[in-house]
Amino acid sequence: MDFSFTDEQQMLLDTSRRFITERYDFEFRKRVRDSHDGWSRETWGQLAELGLLALIIPEQDGGIGAGPVGAMLVSQAIGEGMLLEPFLSSAIVATKAIVDMGSAQQREQWLPPLAAGELIAVLAHDENSTRNDRLNVQTSAVADADGWILNGEKSAVYHATAADLLLVSARTGDKDLGLFVVPSNIAGVRLIPCVTVDEQRAATAVFEDVQIDAGAKLGGRADVALLAILDYGLAALCAEAFGAMEKILTATIEYSRARVQFGAPIGSFQALQHRMAEMLMHLEQARSMSYLATSHCTNSDARERCTALSAAKALMGQAARFIGQQAVQLHGGMGMTDELNVSHYFKRLLAFELRCGTTDQHLENYRKQLDVS
Amino acid sequence: MDLDFSSDEQAFRDEVRHFLASELPDAIRDRMYRGDHSHVRNDIQQWQKILHAKGWGAPAWPTAFGGTGWSKTQQYIFENECSLADAPAQLAFGIKMVAPVIMRFGTPEQQQRFLPRILAADDWWCQGYSEPGSGSDLASLKMKAERDGDEYVLNGQKVWNTLGQYADWIFCLVRTDATGKPQKGISFLLIDMKTPGITVRPTRLLDGTFEVNEIWFDNVRVPVADRIGEENQGWTYAKFLLGHERTNIAGIGASKRELQRLKQRAASQPKGDASMLQDPVFATRIAQVEMELRALEITNMRVIFAEARQQAPGPEASMLKIRGTEILQCISELQVDLLGADALVQGGDGGEAARSTSAYLNLRKLSIFGGSNEIQRNIIAHMILGL
Repeated sequence: MDFSFTDEQQMLLDTSRRFITERYDFEFRKRVRDSHDGWSRETWGQLAELGLLALIIPEQDGGIGAGPVGAMLVSQAIGEGMLLEPFLSSAIVATKAIVDMGSAQQREQWLPPLAAGELIAVLAHDENSTRNDRLNVQTSAVADADGWILNGEKSAVYHATAADLLLVSARTGDKDLGLFVVPSNIAGVRLIPCVTVDEQRAATAVFEDVQIDAGAKLGGRADVALLAILDYGLAALCAEAFGAMEKILTATIEYSRARVQFGAPIGSFQALQHRMAEMLMHLEQARSMSYLATSHCTNSDARERCTALSAAKALMGQAARFIGQQAVQLHGGMGMTDELNVSHYFKRLLAFELRCGTTDQHLENYRKQLDVS
Repeated sequence: MDLDFSSDEQAFRDEVRHFLASELPDAIRDRMYRGDHSHVRNDIQQWQKILHAKGWGAPAWPTAFGGTGWSKTQQYIFENECSLADAPAQLAFGIKMVAPVIMRFGTPEQQQRFLPRILAADDWWCQGYSEPGSGSDLASLKMKAERDGDEYVLNGQKVWNTLGQYADWIFCLVRTDATGKPQKGISFLLIDMKTPGITVRPTRLLDGTFEVNEIWFDNVRVPVADRIGEENQGWTYAKFLLGHERTNIAGIGASKRELQRLKQRAASQPKGDASMLQDPVFATRIAQVEMELRALEITNMRVIFAEARQQAPGPEASMLKIRGTEILQCISELQVDLLGADALVQGGDGGEAARSTSAYLNLRKLSIFGGSNEIQRNIIAHMILGL
């Protein structure tokens, strides 16, 4: 049992936090949000310079090889700063997919530009049908003489409009799934852009008779591999949410000290003190669950891994909802405004609850595996 | 970061398990399993003597006083394994509460006189803190101790003395100065329960048991030599005591044991073509509490890990107390709800239904004693959040 971090891990957290303090404060973030693209290429380049885009790439592939704990700590900082750049989408999830499933040649082709910030890739997996069954993909890939023909629709693909490559999951037969590397600018790919509730950029991705070559398919059994990739990403998303929860609680405590009503700081009132104590307990339980998610996200026992991840997502989703709602409530009308960061964290946490399976879905997953062993 | 026990810690856990399997008497284990407290004095004392013979009588004491010298993690593992095995909990009032105070603030004479007898279960200790008018606001306590030569003369009443009906000794907070700030006029006394003028009356509780007592003091004479530390400094010692030995305050082992039993019963309770463990509504409630327990187990280990490095038992223990008691209470609710109308039937042969219902009733105490959960929230707000 050891809850310490290595010097290298601690440095990753410190570096990420310092970067956010110096280069990505709340006002800067608002300008990025309101910009045309909704994310900053300049920031992306800076993240690459810091090496953070090579975070989870193994050392033999030229990366840092920081693994799940490194991903957790950097993601925590990303959540604290509510970054709008495709860090989770590209540097964690899509990168992980290429690391896990790519051939030596594919890894060599894509990992260096991903690490350098020259290439952005995102996983396009979610569909209406995958909501309650992560592998129930309807998008199809039919083999033909030149490779594959892709048809289908992917919903709320975060940062799809920023991506050079879409990693598209598709059914290749009755049961088999494949993961295909699809350039976002080729014929038949249509992106319908949208802004998500947490003000990130996303798109519905529609694939109409998209012709892709045979070498675009990543190797390995896509169903098993996909679940592992999704769980790896889920652990990082949990860490992001934890970072946001910690920040929104800190903001609430500070506000309750400064805001005076009835001649006293509202933080001196017991009704509010107990609410904040409750928020803190949710936060600490969430931190524990983030650790659980991180330590299980590469567990080769899929059942154990999924159970731990579902427990983490469900409990952290509940924590996110309680902490978020109470933070807005305790800020009163100010919590409703765009001016304070509280409403921004609130929306980031709402998105967390809804992404990668809702709280209820994960609670159900967990319930179904209950046994008496 | 590693959430699993190290191989050394696992080996220690196995050693504890093996010891419990071979040395915990079946009769005691069986009574604990059935929630039968009719032999509580014997069961606790006998078990303490077995532990003492093994050298495990005081998991948290330093070796100089006959303790194990175990790490916090080992103590945690030991207590959890004891709970899982249905061993009686060691009597906290002696080993965990008054003993650390005697070690830290007592005279060498007091240490030699009391500590070995606590370790060997020769003396049964109880706690005299709460009074009819002083519960959460403990510092307002009024029981008078007036100086008369080398003695104090005590007059007043204590309440909620857990298992005080079996006690040889009681440690009390008493009022030695009523003029200044309430916290400044309290002294910490060790009192022989055989002293003339002490009357103990057990309080019948909602589950029909007699777990706590009222104790009256009528001109009880106590040697000044049996005071801990300085006169009027008792509040400091009491606070020290509260900050001690809270490693296992979350009761992870007990919750795991009860949750496991709950799931077994749910699995054997048919519902339609399946069991209650597959019932979407009921099983979701089990899932919820199991997830929370899983998180608290990690939170608890985080607190232990931090404590072992900073040596300071922090206010984090308040979180463990609140969440731990909520979880154990929740499991006891589920046990009653699973039984449904069967839980109505009490008395008789003390079957499972009676045990579950009694436990549910009895465990309401968890969120009340040891500083109510509301007081714990005050502590979190003041000490952690700085409000």
